[in-house]
Amino acid sequence: MKVSIRVNGAEVVADVEDRLLLAHFVREVAGLTATNIGCDTTSCGACTVLLDGESVKSCTVLAAQADGREITTIEGLAGPDGQWHPVQRAFHAEHGLQCGFCTPGMVMATVSLLAENPDPTEEQVRVGLEGNLCRCTGYHNIVRAVLAAAREGQGGAAPAARAQPERQAS
Amino acid sequence: MSIMGTRVLRTEDPRLLTGGGVYVDDLRLPELTWAAFATFVRSPMAHALITGIDAAAARDLPGVVAVITAADLPAAKGPTSEPLLAADRVRYVGEAVALVLTEERYQGEDAAELVSVDYEPLTPVPAVGAALRDEVLLFPASESNVVQTGTAGNCDDASFAGCDVVIERTIVNQRVAPVPLEGRAGAASWADGRLTVWCSTQNAQIARDTIARKLGLDSEIIRVVAPDVGGGFGAKVGIDRDVVCVAAAAHRTGRPVRWSEARSENLLGMVHGRAQQQSYKIGGTRDGHILAYHLDIVQDAGGYPRVGASLPSLTAQMATGVYDIPDVGADYRSVVTNTTPVAAYRGVGRPEATAAIERAVDDFAAEIGMDPAQVRRRNLVAPEKFPFTTPTGAVYDTGEYAAALDKVLAAVGYAGLRAEQARRRERGDTLQLGLGLSCYVEITAGDATDGETARLVVDGSGSATVYTGSSAQGQGHHTAWAMLVQDELGIPMDRVTVIHGDTDAIPVAVGTYGSRSLQLGGTAVYKAAAEVKDKARRVAAGMIEASEADLELDLGRGAWQVRGDPATGLSWAQVAQQAGPDGLTADVEFKASQPTFPFGAHVSVVEVDTETGKATLLRHVTVDDAGNIVNPVLTEGQRHGGIAQGAAQALLEEVRYDDDGNPLTSTLADYAAITADVLPSFELITMETPTNVNPLGVKGIGEAGTIGSTPAVQNAVIDAVSYLGVRHIDMPATPERVWAAIGEARAEQ
Repeated sequence: MKVSIRVNGAEVVADVEDRLLLAHFVREVAGLTATNIGCDTTSCGACTVLLDGESVKSCTVLAAQADGREITTIEGLAGPDGQWHPVQRAFHAEHGLQCGFCTPGMVMATVSLLAENPDPTEEQVRVGLEGNLCRCTGYHNIVRAVLAAAREGQGGAAPAARAQPERQAS
Repeated sequence: MSIMGTRVLRTEDPRLLTGGGVYVDDLRLPELTWAAFATFVRSPMAHALITGIDAAAARDLPGVVAVITAADLPAAKGPTSEPLLAADRVRYVGEAVALVLTEERYQGEDAAELVSVDYEPLTPVPAVGAALRDEVLLFPASESNVVQTGTAGNCDDASFAGCDVVIERTIVNQRVAPVPLEGRAGAASWADGRLTVWCSTQNAQIARDTIARKLGLDSEIIRVVAPDVGGGFGAKVGIDRDVVCVAAAAHRTGRPVRWSEARSENLLGMVHGRAQQQSYKIGGTRDGHILAYHLDIVQDAGGYPRVGASLPSLTAQMATGVYDIPDVGADYRSVVTNTTPVAAYRGVGRPEATAAIERAVDDFAAEIGMDPAQVRRRNLVAPEKFPFTTPTGAVYDTGEYAAALDKVLAAVGYAGLRAEQARRRERGDTLQLGLGLSCYVEITAGDATDGETARLVVDGSGSATVYTGSSAQGQGHHTAWAMLVQDELGIPMDRVTVIHGDTDAIPVAVGTYGSRSLQLGGTAVYKAAAEVKDKARRVAAGMIEASEADLELDLGRGAWQVRGDPATGLSWAQVAQQAGPDGLTADVEFKASQPTFPFGAHVSVVEVDTETGKATLLRHVTVDDAGNIVNPVLTEGQRHGGIAQGAAQALLEEVRYDDDGNPLTSTLADYAAITADVLPSFELITMETPTNVNPLGVKGIGEAGTIGSTPAVQNAVIDAVSYLGVRHIDMPATPERVWAAIGEARAEQ
């Protein structure tokens, strides 16, 4: 089937298999490989992206379900001038990542979490990220990063929508 | 001012936080544009004979490039050696039987389902008890399922003769899954007489040599590249048979091939860790002196004897722990069972040693009615005894064990917590407090004499490039190595490039495991920098026409000059240009004389709901001393991650099989990988006791957190309910287990 999905501000139009997962659409069709796939049971959250501004695990959404909607991945998080999003800055400053595999999903889940609750307690952060596994950090510095981004006050701001040329993908 | 020991943020992060890392499945290289996708057909049987494989229907499916079986690949050689694909017999659920290559990723699952394998079921050997009976053999050509035995130390029955108290107990150090967030992955291309393999590995060079050996190829024609690796934790040491199959498929078909496993494959196919049944015997006097300790280990090696078979030799060597016990001994037997093979997982053999003795010491303390902290302090190896040779043959380099214990007890507020515990007990609260201690020592760079390599080049632009034999899976090697170069040469970190994990660029190396990187690979970088400095001094002396002795390197400016005369300054670029077209280069292989022995003390504070059995980790406080610290940001990160993985084993995680060898935890919906909501933030205390084994004075920190935390958390849970008469609860201390233990203890009273 033909789908048209706006990915990080650019329209991606493609003819895809009905069963194609959004995660594979993002990686293989849109060609954005930062979003990783870490499991096959919607357990790990590595594939978390924003769908119309809310976090979803893209391994559990069909590309077809995202037709006509808007996706944001970590590649689209920085500002147009390349300035990092506060959550990206906080993950760096607090050493909230090691191997980096869970990071794109963890960062997008954090953006969504802070949009819903801009001033969370540590416990709210921990419960809010319960669906995102990290095997390296023990979550300690991830939690610190989320709280630091919240303190910065802009953590919950949605990434600015940007006009970009339409892109055709096969 | 030296950059050593300062909080430098990682140079790796910008890439990982913007465009994401480039893991094997992310590679979009020209060589791989027409790669076929590999999908394995895996055994659904724990133990069976293969009586036939019919791949005709799969081969007829559109999009199928090839179906490969054992008949297409070199056969396994030894009586217990592991084939690339199962030939006549499968020995665990998930063992690879055939490999399907398809044009498209999604076609692979469809095609794999059409490969028809006929199995004749055999009686499964699902656990060590059945294996030891030897009624059914996994390898009929062998006489026994016992594949390795060993012994260490000087402890026998007479050792316990003078003891007031002797306690014996059999405990389980359960099988766990490493679960790096990136599973196993590989891609391979055969072109122009060379085989290139991209592999998610901790050791590209070992992987290269394994591929050469398994496929009968000359290692010279093989290039292995480790791109970004999404976590390893020991489970990505070298290369698994599955990725060798991917390489073989590319070699055989001439078509590039790529594979990245699903998590449900990973939990069956990637190695598991731990899996020991331990029986300890501990004896001592009523005033708290431990006189003898013996540990008997039965190691479950899984379906094939990989590293797991020899893993208990490390447990035996480290059985003594931090204690000065006159008589200590350990014996082990490794058996094969119809389960996933066991190999390295964060700590490999040492967490098992610590778990056993730290549990035994608590058991002993409970028996004589003495506080576990006091019993520990009474038996720790004293500082003046180092280097300390243990009865099991380890030579501990440096240690301040009592200082570590005192620091952690003070930090946690031990006396106050014991008082709070007493109040809750007196009131009969539902939520009871538990305090768990663990004092540990572990062995890092166990293969110190194998060494590690580094090549350092300062080029005509004044930039430095480090080619390191160590390999990174998130630890921050690039940051640490750049710090070492800046500190020694005054070339700023942002002008230092670090390259690892490419066998063409770095032909000779060992790679990363056993917390060896900084002390071996880092020392090699440091020595290479020192060598480059010596060469530069000679070149600069010629340029300035001064004697070498009169020259100094101004580290702040990165300039060579006559001592105290900045006007004579020469930049690194100038000196490197003068040195020749290759700049200034040093090749170093550093071998240490012996391993190092980091140590520490952990205290865990848990709350146990005595009505439901649920244990909640409230606090975890640690002293982890791994010698000098290069970058506290990185060491803290290693400690955090290690603590969490240890707590995970103590509280939640367990790979389980039913009586027929069917896995019950083959997805992340069933395997309880630890999550953020069940952990607290950790409280870390710094302590640095340098080693004299290497010039940096550093030991390894990668595994210490796990080794220390596991028994601390377990001991805390048991401590919470000990007043009810509970003396032991096996890991993981799930609500069900804790609740059952409380019930049994109450029934006995």
